[in-house]
Amino acid sequence: MTAPLTSPPSFLAGDIGGKRLLMVLLAAAVFVPMLNLAVPEGSLFHVSSYTLTLLGKYLCLALLALSVDLIWGYCGILSLGHGAFFTLGGYAFGMYLMRQIGDRGVYGNAELPDFMVFLDWQELPWYWSGFDNFGFAMLMVLVVPSVLAFVFGWLAFRSRVTGVYFSIITQALTYALLLAFFRNDMGFGGNNGLTDFKEVLGYSLQSEYTRAVLFSLSALSLGLFYLLFRWIVSSKLGRVLIAIRDAESRTRFTGYKVEYYKLFVFVLSAAVAGVAGALYVPQVGIINPGEFSPLNSIEVVVWVAIGGRGTLYGAVIGAVIVNYAKTYFTGAMPEVWLFMLGGLFVVSTIYLPKGVVGVFQQYQQRKLASAAKTQTAEAT
Amino acid sequence: MKNCKKVLLVVSTLWVMFFSLLLPQSLVAAQNSFEQDVAALAAVKKMRDKEAIINRLAASIDPRALAVLQAMQKSQLYYRKADRQLLYAQYQDKQMRISDVLSAEDLGLVKKSTIKKISINNKLRNQMRALLAQRMLLHKDATIRLKAARDLSQNIDAKNKAVIERALAAEQDAKVIEALVGASALIGLQSPLEADRLLAIIKLEGSSNKLAMAKLTAMVEQDDSGVYAEPSDKVRTAAAAQLKKMQGAAEFFGFLENLFFGVSYGSVLLLAAVGLAITFGVMGVINMAHGEMIMLGAYTTYVVQLIMPNFIEYSLLVAIPAAFLVSGAMGVLIERTVIRHLYGRPLETLLATFGISLVLQQLVRSIFTPLNKSVITPEWLSGSMEINGFLSLTYNRLYIIIFSIMVLLALIYILKKTFVGLQMRAVTQNRAMANSMGIRAGWVDALTFGLGSGIAGIAGVALSQLTNVGPNLGQAYIIDSFMVVVFGGVGNLLGTFFAALSLGIANKFIEPVAGAVLAKIIVLIFIVLFIQWRPRGLFAIKGRFVED
Repeated sequence: MTAPLTSPPSFLAGDIGGKRLLMVLLAAAVFVPMLNLAVPEGSLFHVSSYTLTLLGKYLCLALLALSVDLIWGYCGILSLGHGAFFTLGGYAFGMYLMRQIGDRGVYGNAELPDFMVFLDWQELPWYWSGFDNFGFAMLMVLVVPSVLAFVFGWLAFRSRVTGVYFSIITQALTYALLLAFFRNDMGFGGNNGLTDFKEVLGYSLQSEYTRAVLFSLSALSLGLFYLLFRWIVSSKLGRVLIAIRDAESRTRFTGYKVEYYKLFVFVLSAAVAGVAGALYVPQVGIINPGEFSPLNSIEVVVWVAIGGRGTLYGAVIGAVIVNYAKTYFTGAMPEVWLFMLGGLFVVSTIYLPKGVVGVFQQYQQRKLASAAKTQTAEAT
Repeated sequence: MKNCKKVLLVVSTLWVMFFSLLLPQSLVAAQNSFEQDVAALAAVKKMRDKEAIINRLAASIDPRALAVLQAMQKSQLYYRKADRQLLYAQYQDKQMRISDVLSAEDLGLVKKSTIKKISINNKLRNQMRALLAQRMLLHKDATIRLKAARDLSQNIDAKNKAVIERALAAEQDAKVIEALVGASALIGLQSPLEADRLLAIIKLEGSSNKLAMAKLTAMVEQDDSGVYAEPSDKVRTAAAAQLKKMQGAAEFFGFLENLFFGVSYGSVLLLAAVGLAITFGVMGVINMAHGEMIMLGAYTTYVVQLIMPNFIEYSLLVAIPAAFLVSGAMGVLIERTVIRHLYGRPLETLLATFGISLVLQQLVRSIFTPLNKSVITPEWLSGSMEINGFLSLTYNRLYIIIFSIMVLLALIYILKKTFVGLQMRAVTQNRAMANSMGIRAGWVDALTFGLGSGIAGIAGVALSQLTNVGPNLGQAYIIDSFMVVVFGGVGNLLGTFFAALSLGIANKFIEPVAGAVLAKIIVLIFIVLFIQWRPRGLFAIKGRFVED
């Protein structure tokens, strides 16, 4: 046993935070469902189904934060409309879940979802066809956000819309989608959105086992996408992205097609956001146009900023911390939460430019430095 | 010829003498008869008798007769059971406040059981309405005449024809004439005689009477069996031609009305965005809390009205400077505490100011509750200016157009003609150089930001007259404001002006076709596409000041 059977891939070398995150995710994917299902209720180690779902939700949001950190932290693209891709992915999967209801809806109509019966529609709109198929729906989860991101990004990056201009028009994009999806004519359930889901792939969504599997899937996909993103940012492509972030014009003058790099990473990020949305919907049980609201998208950016921009694992930490705080405070003292969130925006930008991760790293460096000092002092 | 004139003179003097003898007597007679009628009205029971008295009252030249008829119409005419004296009575604290009909003297509160209402039936009531209209057509107040003339169009009755013709002969006011012509034409259109109907159609030339238009439309329509409502071909062709003309006019004025709505919506956008044009356009600071500055201005208006409930008419005049100060002070505070640390980091500024906007929203929610507050619209802002039957401009929109242009001009003046404005421009163009010339750049920054925020506050005062005042007021306008500034070209007030107007007009012209929400989406998509084409807006700054 001289060499370990599985040596970590080279791009993970030096990524201590990332390795720890992956271990935590793997452990969570295995143990949290076990603690939920195997440990009897009332035991100290029992994880309630409520907590399980909540944690699963956090992981989906963390995946969304991860996708934002890829473009913002490594390529300097601040998207204030990433919630739009998340929600579109959610809607695509929600449509599949709606088709799975079949004739078990309130109106018992096998052909049409309840809201269409309610609105007196006669037949399924063309864009709903195909969503009975799980594979097609999963494809759409990736394709719909990607196509939107591609068209939007192509238009924007080609004309060199950068910085705050890009941020503002992405915000306008999600705002426009918000308005559009609120309309009943769109055929996506208006302001109620899609809800009342029954089962996925034949497994009941109410069942504890399904929930446990969904949780594990969320943890695993977060881990997988973390690996993918880490691989990208440590490759040569990643270096170009960082170069674009730090000096876009210079990179362009060096001969790189900046638009293509940006477009690639933006589309990838949008697709991953879509996946996050698709994982989110079955666990939360509803998707409605409120998710398009610009506030949601900006919040994601704050998670990344709080956690630590440009570290990937920082985004995950930030998302979990802020969302936990949100769950706690909106329950305990709802009027304080917005003050806190607002304060977080200000504090994180002024006092924590590198986020929680940055503070931790600083602390470690200081410890190392003082250790080195004492060592040299002892040596002399 | 000379003789002839003399005879005329003599005859006319005789006539005058005759009348001067007659006139005082007839007046006395009228007065007497009015008092008799009043006494009789309290005494008679039969409806037929009342009808006769009402007709006499309507013909009476006594000014009090009109009031009696109106009171009877509103069921406010009573008589005292004890002495059968005619009274005006109104409910007050479960009792009746009465006053004398003849002398208008207040007779205090009495129990309801001591008096009795002069009852009338529907037939009398209808008759009285027409009689009242006739009398009011000759009233000296033009607005009352106008209302009476419109009343006659609503209740078409051939009996009124003579009255209308008489009133038309004496009428000077153009609007009343138009309303009277409309009413007369409507009566004519009902006539069984073909010639009358033709004449009525000709009379409608240039009229903007919507009721007449509806009537003409009904005339040229076929029923299910293919029979026209109007039997005569000649009348029908005339009606169709007139209808086409009127529809053309209606379309034209509809276009004007849309344009007016568009311009007024554009002015709202302008007001909301012009402060942002300063903070974003001139300073380059993305202030996501701009909408909340607008909201603070609106809440200031609410508070000002709470403080001075007896002077609502003037409250807006107080609210404008107050809102400027409140929002401006908040702007200076934000600039000094937060934004100062973030110059040169636009993305961070965006996030920090967004955080501030959340805090301000929650603050307002905690102080004023999340419910919408009602801000009272002063008398002089409500109502509308009627151009004709097709077009009327509401005063609040009209004033907002004027107000926003005034604000824009004031702002341009401050920036271009005052010393502070000079310093502001100097700092934005070259901070280091301005600093070395002795300008306190930090102080100028705070002032500029305060100015932009203060103007947002003023916009809030205007918006409080148009929409609900609630904690989310600002959010509704923040994206629109950014769109206006980006569309118009950053750092260019004139660009902001044109962008606001064109977006406002575009919105209002798409709205009737596509609906309000879709119109908004279309405009957003248009701007997103437009930015692709001209990334720096309609009026881009060119030359050496353009960064990177």
